[in-house]
Amino acid sequence: MKRRLLLLLPLLGFLVLGGFLYQGLSMNPFDRDSALMAREFPAFELATLEDPERTVDASLLEGEVTLVNVWGEWCPTCKQEMPQLLDLADRGVRLIGVDYKDTREKGREFLAEFGNPFEVNVFDPEGTLGFDLGVYGAPETFLVDADGIIRYHHTGYIKPDDVRETILPEVEKWRD
Amino acid sequence: MQTLMIPEIGHFALIIALLMALVQGVMPLAGAATRRPLWMAYGRPMATGQFLFLAIAYACLTASYLLDDFSVANVANNSNSLLPWYYKASAVWGNHEGSVLLWSLILGGWTFAVSRFSRELPRDMLARVLGVMGLVSVGFLAFVLVTSNPFERLLPNVPQDGADLNPLLQDFGLIVHPPMLYMGYVGFSVVFAFAIAALLGGRLDAAWTRWARPWTNVAWAFLTVGIALGSWWAYYELGWGGWWFWDPVENASLLPWLAGTALIHSLAVTEKRGAFKSWTVLLAISTFSLSLMGTFLVRSGVLTSVHAFANDPSRGLFILVLLGITVGLSLLLFALRAPRVSHQVGFSWLSRDALLLINNILLVIMTVTVLLGTVYPLLLDAMNLGKISVGPPYFNALFVPLTVVLCLFMGLGPLARWKRTDGRDLLKRSWLAGLLALIIGALAPLLYRGEWNLQVSLGVLISLWVVLPMARDLWAKTRHSSGRLAGAKRLSLAYWGMILGHLGVAVTIIGVTVVSNYAIDRNVRMGVGDSVELAGYTFTMTELGSRRGPNFLADFAEIEVRRGDSQRSFAMTPEKRLYLARGMPMTDVALRPGLFRDLYVAMGEDLEDGSWAMRLQYKPFVRWLWLGGLLMAAGGILAVADRRYRRTATARDPEQGPAAEPREATA
Repeated sequence: MKRRLLLLLPLLGFLVLGGFLYQGLSMNPFDRDSALMAREFPAFELATLEDPERTVDASLLEGEVTLVNVWGEWCPTCKQEMPQLLDLADRGVRLIGVDYKDTREKGREFLAEFGNPFEVNVFDPEGTLGFDLGVYGAPETFLVDADGIIRYHHTGYIKPDDVRETILPEVEKWRD
Repeated sequence: MQTLMIPEIGHFALIIALLMALVQGVMPLAGAATRRPLWMAYGRPMATGQFLFLAIAYACLTASYLLDDFSVANVANNSNSLLPWYYKASAVWGNHEGSVLLWSLILGGWTFAVSRFSRELPRDMLARVLGVMGLVSVGFLAFVLVTSNPFERLLPNVPQDGADLNPLLQDFGLIVHPPMLYMGYVGFSVVFAFAIAALLGGRLDAAWTRWARPWTNVAWAFLTVGIALGSWWAYYELGWGGWWFWDPVENASLLPWLAGTALIHSLAVTEKRGAFKSWTVLLAISTFSLSLMGTFLVRSGVLTSVHAFANDPSRGLFILVLLGITVGLSLLLFALRAPRVSHQVGFSWLSRDALLLINNILLVIMTVTVLLGTVYPLLLDAMNLGKISVGPPYFNALFVPLTVVLCLFMGLGPLARWKRTDGRDLLKRSWLAGLLALIIGALAPLLYRGEWNLQVSLGVLISLWVVLPMARDLWAKTRHSSGRLAGAKRLSLAYWGMILGHLGVAVTIIGVTVVSNYAIDRNVRMGVGDSVELAGYTFTMTELGSRRGPNFLADFAEIEVRRGDSQRSFAMTPEKRLYLARGMPMTDVALRPGLFRDLYVAMGEDLEDGSWAMRLQYKPFVRWLWLGGLLMAAGGILAVADRRYRRTATARDPEQGPAAEPREATA
């Protein structure tokens, strides 16, 4: 009997490890955000896509809850995402674009073809702002509250379901 | 292109493969339990069919890549029309969905091979083995179909072009590294299936180990080559000349390797001496479990790593459940069915049995060390004790001394006899080797560099201690009346395999020690005409320019390298590439490989005044690292070719009378 109990040890060890792995799993998706969550939007000073003469900085984000969407003409998923962003803009959400690692010409073509839900687009050809944001690829979306603090981070494509299920509730949550 | 139905055919083939795997997982096991030969007979045809349909599915995905069908999401995200065809074909496994499909295909391939080459197995044993492998396959195919379908379409908005393959992965090393690694991971499913079948059948004798040994060796050899390739790829592709980072993904491949190494040795003891029976079963389960856990760690993104694959918690959960079911049930079965009474097979504390036991204990300690270091940050985080990262210092501080101790016993192992060895005899046969190792080890750093170095001395000492007693043993064993060659031919291939494998370990240790202690690394600013000296070589920049590749633009530098005052010189051409589709810069290193040293030149940043920051490195003996890996793998394969495994088997099925007529098995 004693030996039988001994033979159960590997199973017990595995169950403990499995428990930790499960917990690790539930923490995981926000791991990347922990560095940015509840922090100020990183400082930047970049020209806009629309007007090379006009430079903007992080003060652009103050005063109203804003969605910052990182996109690029080279990114096929961003094209898939545009209808959802236009939908959000129609529902009165303020959107700012970051045209990431792109050329001016291509960026403008993209907006002309797929529509422009953005109040203004920050032009980030070198990817410096994207780097500070810790962007892995496009599209990624950040929700910034009226004080310029990052409150929510969406990695990848915003699906049609996400608009109602996550993005709009998050926007409402931080509006007050 | 988009109207082609290839992806749908692939998807459909995958579903059929899943159904066949289900039949293969259920019928033979049920048949073996109820002793119905007809049910058991389902295993072989289903294994064949499953493999066939998986191959069709895989071929369809490859075709979508080669035909630039960007309506398939997987292709659009990971390929590009400008990509050369061979990278299009290898891009199939350069992403999550495709690599899991490859995993499943390889599992199907191993199952098919087992069903072909195990005709001498008793019918119920084969049925159970194929059944267990079928069930594993069901899990993975369900995973592919439910969470990671590679055939998903982007309709109706089909992208014009793809996002391109990550430039880091556009490389020969990546073409071959993952398939080798998966061959190893998945190959351990065979010995796992044998162990489970033995537990289910209640026949935990030495027979199952003899059948499982060749399969285990082959899987282990593939894994060894896979790990060596991964290290080689990191060395020249990541651009900073390191060859092992103790990165979670690397550890994930090292864990099953360490456990597998222990398993190979423990299988030998069980087969030859009938000892360690439960232990061998437990190791077989653990090795495959660690392979699965490696997959989980890499795929779920639980641990942050340089090998970032798409992280998706739902996928992670699916694999964790899969892992829980497979490992949990196996260990439960182990607890219930492992032999109740330990059959004491006596051996003295000075014997090959005992040395192999120590080898196993040390390897298991090493496995646990690496496992803890890998998941420790996760454990702390889970208990809210803060985020930390366990770095190379932890691993080196524990792993290096353990390796040294392991090698001390490794030197004696091949000399010792089974059951009991006379201590005086062992001493007689090893003292000279020990003395030589000590002297050469102490002198080696002085002769090589003119300065004493403890680590190098120790490294050389233990490598020689592994090799020299073995060489002496070989010398004694090849003594033959008609000459040495005839004597060498008389030795079994398994013995030669052991020699090669152990030699590989020694070669790798020399490589690790020398390159860790004597590598030279300099960051310099260089313009055209500038010269820099490093380790007796003069590097002169002769040209700076730019060129256009198929899918990238590159700045390159031409460096003329001359050794000392030698008249002969050679050119090295490092590049800094910008991959167009992703706008991603990449360093393409220039390497001058050699058996005793590598020269390594990488371009850093453009310093705008016409000069560049350059990184020059001198890497002595770095090739030995991978050479050792290849030797180990060759040893593993050579041992499989041993006549013992090709002998006509006369195994009989105790319940069914004579099994299939005896015939030559090819495994």
